[in-house]
Amino acid sequence: MNIQELTVESTRAAIAEKQFTATHVVEEFYKKIKAEDGETHAYLTLCEERALRQASRVDEMARNGDTLPPLAGVPIAIKDVMVTKDVRSTAGSKILQNFIPPYDCTAVERLEAAGAIVLGKTNCDEFAMGSSNENSAYGPVRNPRDPSCVPGGSSGGSAAAVAAGTAIAALGSDTGGSIRQPASFCGVVGLMPTYGRVSRYGLIAFASSLDHIGPLTRTVKDAAMLLRTIAGHDPLDSTSADVPVPDYEEELAKPVKGLKLGVPQEYFADGLDGEVRAAVEANIQKLVQDGCEIMPISLPHTAYAIPTYYVIATAEASANLARYDGVRYGHRSTQARTLSEMYRKSRDEGFGAEVKRRIMLGTYALSSGYYDAYYLKAQKVRTLLARDFENAFCQVDAIVTPTAPTAAFKLGEKTSDPLAMYLADIYTVTADLAGIPGISVPCGQTKTGLPIGMQILGRHFDETTVLRLAHAVER
Amino acid sequence: MTITEKDAIYVADLANLDLTEQERLSLTRDLSSILEYIGRLNELDTTGVPPMAQVSARYGAPEKSGSEQFSGTMRQDLHKTSLAREAALQNAPDSNGSFFKVPKVIEK
Repeated sequence: MNIQELTVESTRAAIAEKQFTATHVVEEFYKKIKAEDGETHAYLTLCEERALRQASRVDEMARNGDTLPPLAGVPIAIKDVMVTKDVRSTAGSKILQNFIPPYDCTAVERLEAAGAIVLGKTNCDEFAMGSSNENSAYGPVRNPRDPSCVPGGSSGGSAAAVAAGTAIAALGSDTGGSIRQPASFCGVVGLMPTYGRVSRYGLIAFASSLDHIGPLTRTVKDAAMLLRTIAGHDPLDSTSADVPVPDYEEELAKPVKGLKLGVPQEYFADGLDGEVRAAVEANIQKLVQDGCEIMPISLPHTAYAIPTYYVIATAEASANLARYDGVRYGHRSTQARTLSEMYRKSRDEGFGAEVKRRIMLGTYALSSGYYDAYYLKAQKVRTLLARDFENAFCQVDAIVTPTAPTAAFKLGEKTSDPLAMYLADIYTVTADLAGIPGISVPCGQTKTGLPIGMQILGRHFDETTVLRLAHAVER
Repeated sequence: MTITEKDAIYVADLANLDLTEQERLSLTRDLSSILEYIGRLNELDTTGVPPMAQVSARYGAPEKSGSEQFSGTMRQDLHKTSLAREAALQNAPDSNGSFFKVPKVIEK
């Protein structure tokens, strides 16, 4: 068994055919993690006991000749912003350093119910706030393709684990690009489903009108299989949509011929790296050869997406992070004498610099006298951004763009300039704001061997078209 | 929009943060430059544009109004078991087994 080459499908098939056991797969992955993850630092916490228990359940089913569930024996890594019962969940923050959740995130529960095996929790920017994974309180992740580079963020650990082969697949979360951008930087597939497609119950909240859970995988087909497992209505999340979940795998096989693709001029303007542009354009031509029709389109409000995002996301974050007060869980300062001091000192000691920066910005935007000028204004511009996509989707079936303006940058390159870091998400935040699905699929590499990702965006709940096109790019 | 150090102290107070002097200085600088960038939203005329507070408003059933637009948001009002007290208190920094304990709220 070469664990580097396993996919979701091949793992399940091999276990069903008794080529190896799930227990053996899990042991091999832990061997690899222990030998190699020291440098990459994709994992924060391993849950070997839980993994081996699940593996023996799968092995028993295989021994009994039962039909194995769709993800049987597939080792998966979970971004540490999703809570896992009895397994430490930190959100990359010191404030949750010793937090042991009493329940499981719905997406994790659904993966395990489908036979998947949770190997551990992956490193990420603190509370998913960052584009390089350098904001983790537990130290940065290194890009497996070039250890001097960042893996992207905030799901940097999940992307790096899949790229390094220390997990077959992973879950990440995407609020402004946090699944797709690291997928692009690490050379893996990253899918952000439609807002409401996947339950967020048990996702540690960053910005509730923008947060999504989705898969990072080696192949598009694996992403389709994971999505099918975690998608669908959940009564525990009132924002999860009651919309039927298609059989994505079956849909993947359908040809892309005749699909109309929009190429937005704003995503190919100044600031786009030449090598990234060339790789994306070459892949657009490939889709033309497959019978897709290309249409130049305009998404005229694109330049306003980052400022809109940083008002709305930080405003929501300032409210969501108010719960970290040292009372019920999380860090409590030992230096406080009064309740008010306890709140302040616990938060001061527990939160990192970027989290404080965003809480401050969000609090300011919501404060008396500034609400209309910032928050309400941003919500109105958000409507304009959503309308841009709605107008485009009257003409085209999907939109193709680069995932990020550059390939992975160096560690430390952007840490001193928050605005420069925010611009790494310039092509991804728009889909979060509009709530539409998007995928990043590897489409080439730079001369120095760094991966390049192509982004495909679709209509609300039309992950099917997005996946079909990504599948065509992958081939 | 320029943020003064006084503004930063006021906002930190609203957010229940005590900042060190160094944090205050760097945040004042960072917030000013980020707010200046955000100020470009004022280039857009948004007269008559409704605010987008929820994504689901873009795909809910438009013929219905309010929460009726979205299926699945309402549930039966039925009694259900909730998290056991022990589990709810397991992460408490301080508790007496029944309640969370905090420092004195009112000083004599």
